[in-house]
Amino acid sequence: MMTPLAGTDVTLIVADVAVIGAGPAGIAAAVRAAESGLRVVVLDRGLHSGGQIWRHAGGGSIPRVAQHWIAQLARSGAIVIHGTSVVDVQNDGAEFAILADTSGSALRVRANTIVLATGARELFIPFNGWTLPGVMGIGGTQALLKSGASFAGKRVIIAGSGPLMLPVAASLATAGARLVLVAEQAPRSAVTRFAAGLWRAPALVAQAARYRARFLATPYSTGTWVTAAQGSERLESVTVTNGRRTWREAADVLCTGYGLVPNVELARLLGCETRDGAIVVDEQQRTSVANVLAVGEATGIGGAPLSLVEGEIAGLSVSPRSRVSGAFLRKRAALEVAARRMLDAFALREELRALPTTATIVCRCEDVSYGAVRNAACARQAKLYTRAGMGPCQGRTCMPGLEFLLAWQPDTVRPPVEPALVSVLSSEIADNATPSILFNSSVGEAYQ
Amino acid sequence: MAINVGTAELNIVVDDQRVRVAAGTTVAAALFNLGIAAFRRSVSGEPRGPVCGMGVCFECRVMIDSRPHQRACLIAVTDGMNIRTASQA
Repeated sequence: MMTPLAGTDVTLIVADVAVIGAGPAGIAAAVRAAESGLRVVVLDRGLHSGGQIWRHAGGGSIPRVAQHWIAQLARSGAIVIHGTSVVDVQNDGAEFAILADTSGSALRVRANTIVLATGARELFIPFNGWTLPGVMGIGGTQALLKSGASFAGKRVIIAGSGPLMLPVAASLATAGARLVLVAEQAPRSAVTRFAAGLWRAPALVAQAARYRARFLATPYSTGTWVTAAQGSERLESVTVTNGRRTWREAADVLCTGYGLVPNVELARLLGCETRDGAIVVDEQQRTSVANVLAVGEATGIGGAPLSLVEGEIAGLSVSPRSRVSGAFLRKRAALEVAARRMLDAFALREELRALPTTATIVCRCEDVSYGAVRNAACARQAKLYTRAGMGPCQGRTCMPGLEFLLAWQPDTVRPPVEPALVSVLSSEIADNATPSILFNSSVGEAYQ
Repeated sequence: MAINVGTAELNIVVDDQRVRVAAGTTVAAALFNLGIAAFRRSVSGEPRGPVCGMGVCFECRVMIDSRPHQRACLIAVTDGMNIRTASQA
């Protein structure tokens, strides 16, 4: 069954600033820009503002700082549109034309300035059995939990890397999961050195201790990683190793993930310079392309406090009557140092490069095996010969892992950056069309 | 309007079975709570379920009200919703 073609069903918004993503960075940018009187539209894929870190199931519990910013966004005069995937952005030099898919209908936004707040996704490294239902991202499991999933009584193993494992382990234990093991691939020495370096940030140490206290009955094993998962229709067991000993644990859910990868597809589509997988920005959060700014995790993984500061800086820097104060810049610099230390501590071990075997599926969309792609010279060649990375996710799931495993460089990005109905892609709107959503509060609220 | 998970229930149809699920959840969470593992079948017939939880990986695709390829993690359950998974395929 096909959805009827919605040829004339196109919504047009004309704005000064289009912010893409409503996580902490996007919210802060939108609030600061809207406060200065600019017409701001925010496009977000999720059901609520807050992104992944502040995810909440409508009215659910979120930190005070999140409530504060989400309330400010609602009051700011910005139009916020949820459930929207941006599929294309064109730059004619004077103006940007954004095409988005909102529940199968076309949304077109014209804006003079774009703020990319596209966040990050998890880095997955493929291993045998990782495609079984029950094997999920660490953040993905947290998202499912916060969306109303019950993990009570489920045997859960968390295996991967980075500080995200602690809050997720704590949430799952509190939700009644039978947490079997939390396995950090980084060696004990690196984790200890990182923790010792946190003496300047006692609040973070206290927070980590509070998380750990909620799953004290479960071992937190450093230098330990998962090599395979077994099951038929769903996950049944997981093979774990610490390099000396290898054993098997029964499990219903395996949460895996090796840190975060910035979402840079729209930036690269626009021609913005990227370095080490993150969008390159200057002191004012400006990218290499005029009138395109970038904020938050997409410019490098650094956490919500850094994302907020970057968002505020961008929002102020696009506002004609505002100025970015030195205090903002100093705060950003300090948070960047802390972020760098974290990334160093959780560097990935060489053994992980041996996880996939010839038969391991790497591209989950097209079911392409590691054996089929490992001898390709580059991502482009693998795509052309095997369709790896050519499915609905457009390589977002497999390519970062393959770049780690095979030292590939990312391939070029082409529109549409996400699957969309032909009716959305072919939707047209006249150059002199009247915007269908105007900047006044009642219309804005209708689209919250 | 804010809806708190667990305070109300909705009637939906999943694979031709009428079921009651908590209001305010996503389709992915509701299916997970029903014990469904295979949301979809891959191109070679493997069972697949949610992975990223945020609309990136496209592994949780199901048919919702006759619309194929809907990401279950991005859509909230609504009363009367009809969902088809691959759990019986």
